[in-house]
Parts: sequence; C-alpha cells; structure tokens
Amino acid sequence: MTFMKKLWIGIGVLVLLTPLGVIIPALFRAEGAWGEWGIDRIEKIVGFVPEGMKRLAGSWKAPLPDYALPGHSTGLAAESVEYVATGIIGVAITAAVMYLLAKILARKNETK
Amino acid sequence: MYALTIPFWAAASWRLNRTLKARQAPYLALGAAFSFVIMMFNIPILGGTTGHATGATLIAILLGPWAAVISVSVALIIQALLFGDGGITSIGANCFNMAIAGVFTGYGVYRLIAAYSDVKSKRRLIACAVAAYVSLNVSAVITAVQFGLQPLLERSAAGQPLYAPFPLSVAIPAMALEHLFLFGFVEAAVTTLVIRYFQRNDPAMLA
Repeated sequence: MTFMKKLWIGIGVLVLLTPLGVIIPALFRAEGAWGEWGIDRIEKIVGFVPEGMKRLAGSWKAPLPDYALPGHSTGLAAESVEYVATGIIGVAITAAVMYLLAKILARKNETK
Repeated sequence: MYALTIPFWAAASWRLNRTLKARQAPYLALGAAFSFVIMMFNIPILGGTTGHATGATLIAILLGPWAAVISVSVALIIQALLFGDGGITSIGANCFNMAIAGVFTGYGVYRLIAAYSDVKSKRRLIACAVAAYVSLNVSAVITAVQFGLQPLLERSAAGQPLYAPFPLSVAIPAMALEHLFLFGFVEAAVTTLVIRYFQRNDPAMLA
C-alpha cells in the first residue's frame, strides 16, 4: 500500500470518528464554538438580535446547513450518521477543489 | 478583512504557480481535506461552548506556508458555502485568522525552533508542538480582537451593537483562555503525532 493510500485511509478514519465532534459536546451539553452564534442563539445570550446580524442572516442559504442532510432526523444516532455522511461529502469536495486548484496552479511547471 | 486576505491569496497563488509540481496536487488535496475534517471535531470546554483545531501548522510544515494558506482557505470556504459553518461575510476574516496568521505563525515558530536539526530529531517534534500551540492561540486572539472590536466599531443609532455584541474585555478572555488551556494542546498533539508518523514513514516530506 503506498504511503499516499495510507494517508487517505487516515482521513477516512478521521471522518468516521467525526461523530465524536457531535456526541462529546452533547454529553457536556455544550453549544457551538464561541462567536459562531446564529440569530436565535444570540437572542438567548444577550436578549436581543443585533440589527446587522439580522440583516445578514438570511443572505446565504447553504445547501447542507450545519452538516445535516435534508429531511427530518432526531436523535444522536441519526445526527452522527449524518455527520459522517456530510463529512464524506465535505472531504470529497474539499479534496477535489484543492486538487483542481493545485493542478491549475502547477500547469506551467510540468517539465520541471 | 478581505483587504488583508486577498493579497495573501494572490501571493500564495503566484508562489505556487511558480513552484508547484502537478504531482504535488494530491498532497495539497489531502492537506485541505485534513483541515476540513479536523475542524469537524468540536471539543467542549467550560462555559458551554466548543472549539476546534485547524491543522494550519501541520500543513505549513509539510507543504510549506503558501500551500497551507490555500489548503486551509479552501477548507474554510467550503465549510461556509456548503455547510453554513462560519459565515459568508466573515470568510475573509476567518481565512486571515486561521489560514494566514495561523499558518505563518506556526511555520515561523517551527522553523525558528527546528532550525537545522535533523529531520527525524526530537527537536523537530518539540518545534512543531510549540509552533502549533502558538499558532492556534494567535488565531484565537486575533479572532477575539475582531469580535471584541465590533461593539466599538459598529453600532446602531441607538447605540446597540450591530453585529457581535461582546466587547474586548469579554471576547479576549473567552477565546484566549479556552485556546491556551485546551485547544492549543489539542492542535499541538495532533500536529506532533502526524509529524512523528511522517518522520517514521516518509521523512523526505519534512525537508
């Protein structure tokens, strides 16, 4: 097995472990990262929704918000499965985009 | 923040355009993917929030800082666009804090401590642990400053903050403490473990 393959398997293992990033915070009843608040959360924290945030809040509709797949799902198990699924999607897209970008940037160095 | 970020992106693209070989593309893809995945691990801390490592220093050590700037930026941008994680308008700031400041701080500290030591030496491991720790905390503090300045810079007519409502006196301790005491170590541990793996399996990449 080439080294490269091992590295990708490593990434695969990490993706499978990502539910820990959902389960552990749930166990501790922790919220999201400091500062990464949506408008409903900020309202609970400070009692009002800052005007500028309210204005910008709807400006972008992410296809897969919060790493969840479309459709209803409840419970930690379902969330975990979705997290892994979106993790795979995210890794695949990130890797693909970066790969293409790197190829484009490397174009003129083919002969070196 | 785009005014600061875009020149770095341009410089990184220009540098890579001059030096990158096509066969290195998979490594950059791997780096970006790694950064993406590592940011999915939310670690809870006191106060009920969570945080995450970025992989910035690791990628900078393995692929060089300019490649790392692009890799981490790609991960951050996809997080924001596809998953709504991190905000669209703040992409410039996020990339500056983690993909630029984090990368260069980590790389700088690493090179400073590692100097001319042998590629497989323990000194290199210490270098990457310290570098990763410092780098993440720098990213965190810069982010905290950006948050904390918001109430000062952006207020409505009635004096209400328009965006982030917490001042520097709250933002900096909140971010700094959790990164100094927990997440910095996580970043250092992850970085060191991976570099050690490379030391044993493919030291050529560390040159």
